[in-house]
Amino acid sequence: MVRETSCRTLLEVRGLAKRFRADRPPVFSGIDLALGPGEYLAIMGESGVGKSTLLNLIAGLDRADAGAIRVGDIEVTALDDDAATLLRRQRMGFVFQAFHVLPYLTVAQNVALPLELLGVPRKESAARVAAMLTAVQLASDGGRYPRELSGGELQRVAIARALVHRPQVVLADEPTGNLDARSAAQVLALLREQVHAAGGAGILITHSLAAARTADRVLTLTAQGLEPLA
Amino acid sequence: MPRLRLWWQLWCSQWRAGPVRMAMPVVALALGVALASAVQLVNRSALAEFGQAARALSGDADLVVQGSADGFDERFFAAIARVPGVAVASPVLELRATLASRREPLHVVALDPFRAMQVQPALLGEIAGRLRGLLAPDGIFLSGQAASALGVETGAHLEVLVGSARRRLEMLGRLSGAAYPRALGIMDIAAAQWQFDRLGVITRIDVRVAREANPVAVRAAIARMLPPGVTIAAPEVDDARLASATRAYRVNLAMLALVAVLTGSFLVLATQTLSLLRRRSTLALLRALGMTRGALRRTLTAEGVVVGMIGAALGFAGGIALARWMLHVVAGDLGAGQLVSLSGSLAVRPADWAIFVLLGALVAGIAAWLPAREAAARPVAQALKAGDAGTAFAHARSPWIGGALIGLGVLLAVLPPLHGLPLFGYAAVATLLTGGVWLVPAAVGSLLARWPRPRRPVPALALAQLRGNSARAAIGFAAIIVSFSLMVAMAIMVHSFRESFIDWLERTLPADLQLRVGASDGTATLESAAQEALAQVAGVARAQFRRSRPLALPGGAASVQLIAVPIESGGVPDLTIVRSAPATAGVRAWISEAMVDLYRWQPGEHVTLPLGRGRGLAVTVAGVFRDYGRSTGSVIIPRSNYVAATGDTTANEAIFWLERGAHAATVVEAMRARLGLGAALQIRTTSEIRERSLRSFDRAFAITYALEAIAVFIGLLGVGVAAASTALARRGEFGMLRHVGMLRRQIVTMLAGEGLLTGVIGAGCALVLGGALSIVLVYVVNRQSFLWSIDLAVPWAQLGLLTAVLVAAAAAAALTGGRAAVGGGVIRAVREDW
Ligand SMILES: Nc1ncnc2c1ncn2[C@@H]1O[C@H](COP(=O)(O)OP(=O)(O)OP(=O)(O)O)[C@@H](O)[C@H]1O
Ligand SMILES: [Mg+2]
Repeated sequence: MVRETSCRTLLEVRGLAKRFRADRPPVFSGIDLALGPGEYLAIMGESGVGKSTLLNLIAGLDRADAGAIRVGDIEVTALDDDAATLLRRQRMGFVFQAFHVLPYLTVAQNVALPLELLGVPRKESAARVAAMLTAVQLASDGGRYPRELSGGELQRVAIARALVHRPQVVLADEPTGNLDARSAAQVLALLREQVHAAGGAGILITHSLAAARTADRVLTLTAQGLEPLA
Repeated sequence: MPRLRLWWQLWCSQWRAGPVRMAMPVVALALGVALASAVQLVNRSALAEFGQAARALSGDADLVVQGSADGFDERFFAAIARVPGVAVASPVLELRATLASRREPLHVVALDPFRAMQVQPALLGEIAGRLRGLLAPDGIFLSGQAASALGVETGAHLEVLVGSARRRLEMLGRLSGAAYPRALGIMDIAAAQWQFDRLGVITRIDVRVAREANPVAVRAAIARMLPPGVTIAAPEVDDARLASATRAYRVNLAMLALVAVLTGSFLVLATQTLSLLRRRSTLALLRALGMTRGALRRTLTAEGVVVGMIGAALGFAGGIALARWMLHVVAGDLGAGQLVSLSGSLAVRPADWAIFVLLGALVAGIAAWLPAREAAARPVAQALKAGDAGTAFAHARSPWIGGALIGLGVLLAVLPPLHGLPLFGYAAVATLLTGGVWLVPAAVGSLLARWPRPRRPVPALALAQLRGNSARAAIGFAAIIVSFSLMVAMAIMVHSFRESFIDWLERTLPADLQLRVGASDGTATLESAAQEALAQVAGVARAQFRRSRPLALPGGAASVQLIAVPIESGGVPDLTIVRSAPATAGVRAWISEAMVDLYRWQPGEHVTLPLGRGRGLAVTVAGVFRDYGRSTGSVIIPRSNYVAATGDTTANEAIFWLERGAHAATVVEAMRARLGLGAALQIRTTSEIRERSLRSFDRAFAITYALEAIAVFIGLLGVGVAAASTALARRGEFGMLRHVGMLRRQIVTMLAGEGLLTGVIGAGCALVLGGALSIVLVYVVNRQSFLWSIDLAVPWAQLGLLTAVLVAAAAAAALTGGRAAVGGGVIRAVREDW
């Protein structure tokens, strides 16, 4: 596991632009962004403006047309698919709107997934999973299967999975889109708390102003770039 | 109606989304139906031809007095003609004339033309104007089939062999196919008796009963005056006799074709189940929007019915084409060598279409109804929630039912044949197979649960996925197990048969050369002088002459072969003896296994063999031997006893041991030159016969292999379908895994691993189940179908190879199915919320 403590910015985006089709205007261009340890940012914006696209670019899941993305000291745009995958494995965590908790694994096994991929020894992995489950208030639910859990609980499992390997960057795309207000609040509080506790950088994408306000900073994405919330 | 339109839209969208996946069950069903209908159509046209021929021969006869091929004294005819109530009695001499130019004998019916005109008007109508010609002492009319097979025209001469002598017959005319559809020669009875040295002998009397007479009384009156070995019956019995010889073989083929249909319908079940899993949120939505449970169930079943009807209609069209081809290329001989259709005409009735389309609709409807029932019963709220796919069908399989089915299968396997057919045996195979498949989820579940958890994350995930998605996994397993266990069973059965057959060939061919004169029921024989001459040919060290001829036993459907073989007193013939009786005095006879089944003869029993013309030979059954040459029964007696009983010193088979260094071809050449019997004389080296026999054995089983290969192909399609639809449904999962940092090749490896594990476990279960099924096939179905036993022999190498290919194919199918699902779009799949 690679870990840099010397680097002050964990995530840096410079002049990023993305265009899907040549005959259309770019989705966005000139995006600049920098996040340090423990910084938790919310991004809002109209539907279709490119919020998910931005996250995909940062994660190395899609190719940018212009600009640079650095995660720690690594230039994401220069990586091939395998290298980007390894980068995600080591330094990133994801929370999705649709949970994506594997139905055929137990809660604990789901949380352990990133550690398994990283080859963390089973003993250490078990300890970290247990700690993480306690942190998301599911300490006694490790042996349960996802079908027995509510949406809010599932999303807490997903948060545990996103943070268990102490990533430098946590990306959450509308994590509360499928949840009721109370579960949403609980999940958001947990996310914020855990991003801070882990000392990584976090980006929360949301349509809800209330949700966005749980972050340290709120930016709005437009075709021109990222702007502070008006 | 709007509901129908909505459904149509949804169904069409499924076709657009996965045309290959949706087409697979249609294709599989079509394949099965094509095979089943082709076998059925060919059988029927061949049988129809048999029937037509038999009807033409018996004509308007009400009763047929039938003797053995040796015939009986013609003075019985004069007596029967005088029986009150007999309107017409027509004497017939039926024989199989050995031709100098051909190996197969010609079926000759010799009649009294004026009497026969009143009994077989259709047969003789065409030559009525030329009856005078028929009375010529060397005249013969040929049916169209016979004339073209022999390549002769009216006016040509035909050489027949009688004993070792040649006689010339003149072809007087040709009958149309309408009068008689098969090969036949018609002669005047007096001319035939003279030409074939059968003076005073007839084999049959056709009787027409006067209108005012009581047929039962007439029959009883005639029966009272008949000599032993001569029977009287209504002519229908003849049809049955012709058809029954190949019945077991035909039923066997039909069963195989049905297996193909069933495997096809299993694929319908698999695709439909998977498609319901895939669509469960759509279905839940429809239920939420107000579609009743019953309506949902009916519509889903209707989907299967539509698939079944389309598949069956296409399959039947293919079946007609296939049947045409089979009639054209192999003359309708489906490998048994007996049931051959010569006219090559195919009668397709509209009712056949209806039957096969209904059959397809029925099996596919049932296959679709099973999952539809469960899909409709599922609670809507549960189905609307993602993640319940894995448990969807797990609860329905109680292992008790599977165990009960297997118990029932074992019970069915020990039941005796029904109407001489192993129908319970087939039922046992089907029941055992169903029971085995029923147990699949439970067995696989416990196997997977015990499977050690791999250290590495990717295989561990693959195992977890199989454990968790038991419904989908069970479909993949079942697809493999159904098709592969049948293949295994069939492979073991055929291999066992082949090994036993080779062993039998070795035993029955002890010498270097084998000689036959025409068919054993033909008119050509070797007289003592000819036998002497053959034994003296340079290079022959030892010669043994045999007399083989048909033996008509009362109560038998088809004739039994009697073979008189030189056996020293106290000696045992060269046979595979399966049972024997303690030594006894008197004439000993060895009987084939079929004799035990057909006539209930047992070792040690005393029986009398009717040798024709009232002569009987009392023998003691000394042993039972295996005879793969004839499934209608054969009896071997010492030739010395045969000669003593009949005075017949002729022979029609011989085997020769050659001197060391003698050249077989030269010896054969010399033998041919000595006898001048033309093509009727067949001399082959033992190795040649062995080779030919094995080749025709393999040809007979070629269609079996073809049907089986198709079943396995369908099974692999099932694996592919299961893998593809599983992978499709798991796109969200793959997308997440890619986010979490799983390499594309790791996902592909995981899928291949799942396929591999499915293949290994499926093949393992299939080997066990197939082994059990092969025991039923070898000891029950084969034994009851063909009336001979075979020893179980397992083709380990072949099974190993098949298993390896299957496991590799399963992994490849899972890979191809999954590969598409890991493509570029998978990243976006994390945002698809089912
Ligand atoms: N693979 C693609 N090909 C073409 N266009 C795409 C592709 N992916 C996204 N887009 C387009 O890019 C734009 C941004 O999409 P994106 O999913 O990033 O929006 P978003 O801001 O996340 O919206 P939402 O708030 O609804 O999730 C949209 O107009 C979308 O249609
Ligand atoms: Mg989005």
